[in-house]
Amino acid sequence: MAEGQIVAGFLAPHPPHLIYAENPPQNEPKAECGWEVLRWGYERLRKDLSKIDYDVIIVHSPHWQTYVGTHFLGVPHFKSLSVDPVFPNLFRFHYDLNVDVELAEAIHDESKEAGLVVKMMRNPDFRVDYGTIISSHLTNPSWDKPIVSISSNRSTSYYNVDVMQEKMVELGQATRRAVEKSGKRAVLLSSCSLSHRHFTTEAEVPEDMSREHIYHHGQYLWDMKIIDLAKRGCAREIHDIMPEFIEQAISETDAGSLSWLLASLDYPTMPAELYGYGSVIGTGNAVMGWIPETAEAKQ
Amino acid sequence: MSSPISHGYIVPGIPHPLLVPEQNEGWGRLRQGFEDARKQIEASDADVILVYSTMWPSVVGHQIQANPNPEWVHVDELFHDLGSMPYKFKIDTDLAEELDKTSKSRGLHSRQVNYHGFPIDTGSVVALKLLNPENKKPAVILSSNVYADRAETIVFGKAAREALEKQGKKAIVVVVMTLSNRLFTDFIDPKDDRIHSPKDDEWNRKLLEFFAAGRLEDVAQLSREIHKQIRIRKVVNFKPMWWMSAVMGQDNNYDGQVYAYAPLYGTGGAVIGLTPSRAGVGDKEYDEENVEVYKGDRNVLTSQSELAKQSSAVSTPASAQSSAPADLKKANPVLKTGKAPSPVGAYPHARRVGDLLFISGMGPRQPGTGDIPGGPIKDANGQARNYDVEAQTRAVIENIKGVCEDAGLSLNHVIDVTAFLVDMDRDFATYNKVYAEYFTNIEATRTTVSISALPTPIAVEFKAIAQFPQ
Repeated sequence: MAEGQIVAGFLAPHPPHLIYAENPPQNEPKAECGWEVLRWGYERLRKDLSKIDYDVIIVHSPHWQTYVGTHFLGVPHFKSLSVDPVFPNLFRFHYDLNVDVELAEAIHDESKEAGLVVKMMRNPDFRVDYGTIISSHLTNPSWDKPIVSISSNRSTSYYNVDVMQEKMVELGQATRRAVEKSGKRAVLLSSCSLSHRHFTTEAEVPEDMSREHIYHHGQYLWDMKIIDLAKRGCAREIHDIMPEFIEQAISETDAGSLSWLLASLDYPTMPAELYGYGSVIGTGNAVMGWIPETAEAKQ
Repeated sequence: MSSPISHGYIVPGIPHPLLVPEQNEGWGRLRQGFEDARKQIEASDADVILVYSTMWPSVVGHQIQANPNPEWVHVDELFHDLGSMPYKFKIDTDLAEELDKTSKSRGLHSRQVNYHGFPIDTGSVVALKLLNPENKKPAVILSSNVYADRAETIVFGKAAREALEKQGKKAIVVVVMTLSNRLFTDFIDPKDDRIHSPKDDEWNRKLLEFFAAGRLEDVAQLSREIHKQIRIRKVVNFKPMWWMSAVMGQDNNYDGQVYAYAPLYGTGGAVIGLTPSRAGVGDKEYDEENVEVYKGDRNVLTSQSELAKQSSAVSTPASAQSSAPADLKKANPVLKTGKAPSPVGAYPHARRVGDLLFISGMGPRQPGTGDIPGGPIKDANGQARNYDVEAQTRAVIENIKGVCEDAGLSLNHVIDVTAFLVDMDRDFATYNKVYAEYFTNIEATRTTVSISALPTPIAVEFKAIAQFPQ
């Protein structure tokens, strides 16, 4: 069996607004338009991804929050309705997805061996979190690949960002080892936004783009700093400034998703491809990624 | 009016007492505590159960469950291995709608959620399944806003009480929370469960003493300290006691009963009952503002021009005369207008300096006639007489508004107000209420001072500064 490989890693934020504006048949609410820059960004991501052979998508989601350990979906098939608890007016999505349980168990086992507290989720009634669903759908709307969904252990809340990052380094390395041993080609998704201060009101027409802007300038500056570092291939520096970024920009990366992604990719020095940046109800969102094979081909 | 609250309860939302009470003696005691509370609820004269859950975070304002019969098979995202929780609840949609209205009228952003499959949180599911298993009483479930601090949370509580009063209903109030909330960070054998630390346990027991003595408002006053000492910042901070005290009446007059206290995976789980009573510690002087209307960050999407429209639609009587605004240029920066009372000295109504418009002290006298709405404060012989400060204050603001309009501005451009009252003790509250009607969304700075007299027999005068748009 050939050695498996992480063939791409993406920062793939999950605002339900993007699904709402995209109007896929699975979603009940319908929109006229909205958040095009980010949706066009996802289009470009999908175009790049279409050039790559891969077997599975692995998602780390801030919206599956586990305070005791890191959990992995461990049921082969889920079919249900996901309703966003914050924006139920925008996201009521009928999902039907397959899980690569074998790979999930492999990452679980590698993580456990590395000393992390882990658990497989075996309850068939479990509702898959909307972060996993949204990022997976926007990356692969045909849902023709199985996913592995990894929960967010809230170490930042219990300890601090440094402890969270230590755990995410272990989880990322365990993910990479498991993928390599599996012989599979995996695409990784960090399902989170960057700055994360929301508006506390919503426009009467949610997709009214005249109302959409970043919550404040400081958030924007921090987002640009992270994007600039990514574009310059400075993943290690992103890791290093993560505590300050999270504190200053109230970043959703406190969930560990981006730290996990960078560790899984072994802190890429290749420039990230920025597909799009935009605000969603005040939060800052970047769609960007690292595709090692593309970089090698260019060299 | 009698209290709209029958009883209040504090219960934990972690699912072990519901799903596996037999696995730990303490979990079993908590289950029995729920059972004791259930019996009391069933025997009560309450019409509805009002649930505020710290495990339902909301971002865009406050959400109110309004699906008449929500039904699902729920699984906890953390303790999924304990089993599934099928539920079917009965919701009082009339009260949900009323609460939405009273919340909005108090400046809150709120909405009802009525969608099949909406994920009701574990805490609400546990509470309602154990306290109201046969849906003998309908419920309303409320979210805990992520960003709300004390003022907003208190107003949300008062909105709930107002909604109950308007509908003439009596409620059971249920807050879903643990005391200390630090879970273990590794999986434990059920028999090894304990409060995470002696410090957490000591704080929990101190809180139980307060609750047993019926001192709800005192606990609410300690909320920030409690959060600092025994709460991990999960999705929402510790705020439920602000809400609970506000909805129950903001006092310490309860018969408190601790039905059970036990560890729940490291946290402090307690089932506590509070019954309104004439006895108790009573009302004391509290150390923070008692807020009625929320005036905070709730219009971030609204442009200034829209705010101006809203303000004028809400607060401006249709009495203003239309005329072209004066052109206050550098060569002629002085404004004298027929929309304000005649000056009683050698001064204009307003003068422009740079981008600022300085408005002279303005009383309530009517332009043209000099009449004083609400009557003068003394008669021609200098004898004090009764007067209506509300009418006077309203007239002052209308005069200020007239000056602004003649300068091409509106009240929304006022950035600073100095108010003079001749009888602060008598008039402040009324003046303050009328002021709020006009200026709540304008956010001008303000100073109110007490003085012995004004040149005419009036009770109130404003001096103001407005700013021209950049």
